[in-house]
Amino acid sequence: MSDMSQNASNLREGMMASMSKQQIGRVLAKQGILIAFAVFMIAFAIASPKFLSVDNVFSVVRSSAIIGVMALGVTFVVISGNLDLSVGSMMSFSTIVVLDLHDKLGPALAIPAMFAMTMCLGAFIGFLVGYLRLNSLIVTLGMLSAIHGLTLTYSGGQNMDIADKEGTWFSVFGQGTALGIPVPILIFLILAALLGMVLAKTPFGRKVYAVGGNGTAATFSGIPRARTVFYCYLISATCVATAGLIQASRSLGSQNTVGQGLELEVLAAVILGGASLLGGSGTVFKTVIGVLILGFIQNGLLLMGLQFYVQFVVTWIIIILAVWLDIAAKRGKLWSPIA
Amino acid sequence: MTDVKPVLRLEDIVKTFPGVRALDGVSFSVFPGEVHALMGENGAGKSTLMKVLGGIYQPDGGAIFMEDQQVVMAGPLEAKAKGVMFIHQELSLAAELSVAENIYLGELPRKSFGRVDWAKLTEQTDAILKKLNVSFDAKTRVGDLSIANQQMVEIARALTVDAKAVIFDEPTASLTDAEKVVLFDVIADLKRDGVGIIYISHRMEEIFKITDRISVLRDGQYQGTVNTADSTEESITQMMIGRKLDLSRNASHHELGDVALEVRGLSCGKLYQDINFEVRRGEVVGFYGLVGAGRTEIAETLFGLREPSAGQILLEGEEVRIHSPADAISRGISLVPEDRKGQGLVLGMNCRDNMTLPQVDDLKAGPFVAEGAEVAIFDQYRDRLDIRTPGWRAQAGNLSGGNQQKIVIGKWLSMHPNLLIVDEPTRGIDVGSKSEIHKLLRELAAQGYAVMVISSEMPEVLHVSDRIIAMYSGRVMRTFTSEEVTEDSLIKAISGLSDDKAA
Ligand SMILES: Nc1ncnc2c1ncn2[C@@H]1O[C@H](COP(=O)(O)OP(=O)(O)OP(=O)(O)O)[C@@H](O)[C@H]1O
Ligand SMILES: [Mg+2]
Repeated sequence: MSDMSQNASNLREGMMASMSKQQIGRVLAKQGILIAFAVFMIAFAIASPKFLSVDNVFSVVRSSAIIGVMALGVTFVVISGNLDLSVGSMMSFSTIVVLDLHDKLGPALAIPAMFAMTMCLGAFIGFLVGYLRLNSLIVTLGMLSAIHGLTLTYSGGQNMDIADKEGTWFSVFGQGTALGIPVPILIFLILAALLGMVLAKTPFGRKVYAVGGNGTAATFSGIPRARTVFYCYLISATCVATAGLIQASRSLGSQNTVGQGLELEVLAAVILGGASLLGGSGTVFKTVIGVLILGFIQNGLLLMGLQFYVQFVVTWIIIILAVWLDIAAKRGKLWSPIA
Repeated sequence: MTDVKPVLRLEDIVKTFPGVRALDGVSFSVFPGEVHALMGENGAGKSTLMKVLGGIYQPDGGAIFMEDQQVVMAGPLEAKAKGVMFIHQELSLAAELSVAENIYLGELPRKSFGRVDWAKLTEQTDAILKKLNVSFDAKTRVGDLSIANQQMVEIARALTVDAKAVIFDEPTASLTDAEKVVLFDVIADLKRDGVGIIYISHRMEEIFKITDRISVLRDGQYQGTVNTADSTEESITQMMIGRKLDLSRNASHHELGDVALEVRGLSCGKLYQDINFEVRRGEVVGFYGLVGAGRTEIAETLFGLREPSAGQILLEGEEVRIHSPADAISRGISLVPEDRKGQGLVLGMNCRDNMTLPQVDDLKAGPFVAEGAEVAIFDQYRDRLDIRTPGWRAQAGNLSGGNQQKIVIGKWLSMHPNLLIVDEPTRGIDVGSKSEIHKLLRELAAQGYAVMVISSEMPEVLHVSDRIIAMYSGRVMRTFTSEEVTEDSLIKAISGLSDDKAA
């Protein structure tokens, strides 16, 4: 607060006087997600001593890495005021393609080829949503099933397996460790740091916020709206390709439906992190928190002995609560007849 | 008036936002049949006070009385039920709905089974619109209306119920003179019916024309109430800003430079036809006309937002085609657009980021935005334009209307354009800052900028322009120099009455 303007110096005293209840309420509302997360972690830690063990924490983060990597890209799309529901089926596509090409071209060529193909899909969506201004919900929902069809056509409906599972260095992305940390976690964290900087610090990131916050005003400021949205989808596709790489490398074989349904979990993580579906707000850091919350909740429920399927219901309930908390924080009340 | 109960009485209202004490113990009363002006600089707390009255904000302290009964305005619906109607400074209409639906939103007339009675709705709406003498009908989509006409819809909405008190928050900021006359008739009607009216405006001539008493706020504090008849512009300004105002035009008669912009035979479909003019460096050219005269559309064409259907644009003597705003910006053109909320600002972004948005690609330290340079730019223009904000981190949407406008002006000034186009530059800006901005426009011209000022306020155009181009219905009717122009000839020209199209 040291950089407050001179003009406001007389107003500042007023603020100090009222730092009281209102201020605290506001902080609570703003950081509600983090606080809920902390409470939840403590409760589970008490209920199950295993919960916060190093092994368990690592295993949660590792299993969250794939969702996490995809959520990073979707964060850009959501902040730009759009949706991406195609990431799950696109991830299946990447996984199948890279596994197939692994045996045909060798891993060193398979990986860039798979990235190129996935990014073409992203570019296509970016073209439709960015340049043609089609509704992103419709476009990506359509792409969800179109890409699924594409994957099945590509694989002929067969599962894909690597022939020599022992003798390939390809497994390093999903199974390796570096500096004692599993590689998927490293990829997730490095990508998060990188994209976090792009979003928060670069001119491009600023444009993403502007386009999502008020597209017309962005246009009036000379910002290329279509191109900005296009790049967001390209980033999203790159993240999906990375997630596909981790998935393929982890299992070295895959079904055509490996990414099915992940789009909703990804979206849940992004919203949980506090990005608004209307666009213009959210950060990479918050998305990472959202991913971890989701991962720990699902893990906690498993440790408590609940069935795996319960997760689907619980995830949905969490999303609803998160969205509610979000708008409640904005209007300062849990319920209100006006927005 | 002392034996009459006030329709509304406020006592010691306090309201704080993070970082700002917007209202600090404000008290005043409005009597039936009184037009009560509320005045103060941008950010003084006028809109906040009215939002407290209208149930949109809950006060942190103080009390509201209606006819000596204490009331709590729990929400806008409750305020409406108690007979307090509110015409907002920032428009709050649903763009996709028709005029009629907007006016009766939430209480559409019904037939059996809850079906909407469209015939009745249209009929009721047209009756009100007729009273307002507007050019659109009940079925028009609100998004298709100009800002001014949207404002008229907002006003129509307040006339649908039997109000005890009506609040007008800068209703005339985007109205033309003709529409203002209609509005003042409406206010006179309400007054006759014994309604208490609170009227917020930065325009002195209106205040003196229609109000009975004036209350003044400064930095959230109540400065007092005076009878309009006993006051002068100077005394009110003194109360508002605590000092005297220098209103003289610094008629700097500097040399004009080269032609910065020349437009030849420019047309854009039905919007405007065969426009010819030039703007020299060092010159302020005013564009005056009614809403719909095509002025904004010409500006948008120059800024790359519209394709002209015929004609040429020459910058520095060279013909150019401007395809996009980015294109225009790179050629040194800046446009301060007419709709600050829709076109000027990203309301959810902080003030600094808004201000530097068009040049974010140029402010780099390595791959990153140079935030230090951004803050420096923000500070510079905050001081130059006297922008009241708790700091650059404040969301643009939380600033008062006038301060938002100043952010937009700062944003485009900081681009150091060759050609600066400003569309309604002082909409919603207080008297002190307005004269500052006028001075600034003159200064910029003196420094060699070419400036185009589009305004619907005659005093403004007369005050700042070296030449005035009068437009009517998509055509240039006449060009005046500042020596020859008179109010009468200007009014004639923009109403299409002028028969000598010379000059
Ligand atoms: N929702 C909000 N959150 C934070 N600050 C706010 C909010 N609304 C208003 N303010 C602050 O309160 C102060 C008073 O604002 P207000 O809109 O009442 O001014 P005003 O007198 O109507 O000004 P103008 O003439 O420019 O319309 C300003 O400093 C503004 O930044
Ligand atoms: Mg206001």
